[in-house]
Amino acid sequence: MSGTGRTVTARAVAETVTDPELPMLTLADLGVLREVAEHDGAVTVSITPTYTGCPALDAMRDDLVHALHQAGFGKVEVRTVLRPAWSTDWISAAGRRKLAAAGIAPPAGAARPVTGPIPLTLGPPPHPVRCPHCGSARTRLMSAFSATACRSLHRCEACQEPFEHVKEI
Amino acid sequence: MSSDNGVPSDNAYEALSEGGDDVRWAYGTGFADPLEGVDTTVPAGTDAADLTAYCLMLGDDALIMSHRLQQWCADAPELEDEVALANIGLDLLGQARLLLSRAAAAEEAANGTGGRGPADDSDGPPRGEDRYAFFRAEHEFRNVRLAELERGDFGELIARLLVFAGWRLAVLRQLTSSRDPVLAAIAAKGVKEVSYHRDYAAQWLIRLGDGTAFSRERAQAGLAAIWPYVPELFTPHEIERRLAAAGVAADPAGLRGELDDVLAQVLPAATLEVPDLPPRAGVAGRTGRDGVHTEAMGHLLAELQSVARADPEATW
Repeated sequence: MSGTGRTVTARAVAETVTDPELPMLTLADLGVLREVAEHDGAVTVSITPTYTGCPALDAMRDDLVHALHQAGFGKVEVRTVLRPAWSTDWISAAGRRKLAAAGIAPPAGAARPVTGPIPLTLGPPPHPVRCPHCGSARTRLMSAFSATACRSLHRCEACQEPFEHVKEI
Repeated sequence: MSSDNGVPSDNAYEALSEGGDDVRWAYGTGFADPLEGVDTTVPAGTDAADLTAYCLMLGDDALIMSHRLQQWCADAPELEDEVALANIGLDLLGQARLLLSRAAAAEEAANGTGGRGPADDSDGPPRGEDRYAFFRAEHEFRNVRLAELERGDFGELIARLLVFAGWRLAVLRQLTSSRDPVLAAIAAKGVKEVSYHRDYAAQWLIRLGDGTAFSRERAQAGLAAIWPYVPELFTPHEIERRLAAAGVAADPAGLRGELDDVLAQVLPAATLEVPDLPPRAGVAGRTGRDGVHTEAMGHLLAELQSVARADPEATW
């Protein structure tokens, strides 16, 4: 196979790896897979952390190495890329659909970068988070922090169901 | 631990392992250098020893505050708040890992001996972050004293978190334009995380202060407990001043107004008053940034470091 063909294969393999905490999403859907390069059978994968403390990053790293080894790539290096910082805006349209289908409200557009001090948010979120179960906009933020760093906890006032939301960052 | 002699192991962890080339069992526990693959060259014209010390300051602030937040696990008033405090602690731990790793790379550049200590001469990757976190003595930690103070009640925690996050957000925001691209990148992520921390603390302080007479009293007492340690946050160490002049660090002296603006929004809404208390003096003018800490710090480190020191060769 040509070098280019191998690169395409390596990328295709890397793109099948899923997020350990949001297994309905691939790392490509999530937007953390920055680059896959192959040279003489050695693969270099660049990923970017969602949250700096996210323990899933180590699992992603291991899963990428494992998947590429299984596909026959002997030498695999996973690099971290910090710039530009990951934002929920990088979650693909397909990724957003998969989140909603799994009962997790996808993020709206991330806050625009501001010049000067970052304003405090003391009230409810500026935009309503729609319930992924019934579609109602009558929902309430229960906590900005949930089972993982990237999610917040909400409750729908219409159907009474609790749900999670990938919060904008 | 692996069994090399071919005898089947009854180790439960090993049974969970997928074997092969993975260093993990069950979940990824083989920690990778968080700056793996990141160019950590020290920018031209930047003193590498100063940069090392500065990254330790910011990293230690995050590490020690994270430890205090972790002490609330299984002890917060509500499950949601327990999860929130653990998440905030985890974000800060992540920032600490990056900053201590950045310090290790800068230290390597400064003295050419590498970022490894005696406890870390394994064949594995350099683990500067662990060496700094677990094998330094109290006087080598450069965190502000606010982060280390003995754990108080929930009112004290919320007051401390609001001040800490408000101050740190201002510092990180400045750092997004640091001449050190690694610091700038760490700060750019941190800004987004710490904005949520500050909002959380601000909303809770209002809820407590504008709540019952009892919750108001506790919130006001919490503010009073931490207030003497606030001026230290905005008193630059000479290294901060030098690096700020070089465009690498944030000079905290110019950032007090940003915290005051936040407090001017939150305290009236919380019906709380700005305490009228003098700053807590250091020792001959030396405070946390100089490695001079309060009594609480030794106890905190004893807990933080005990496992790593019991078995310095262990990997996990």
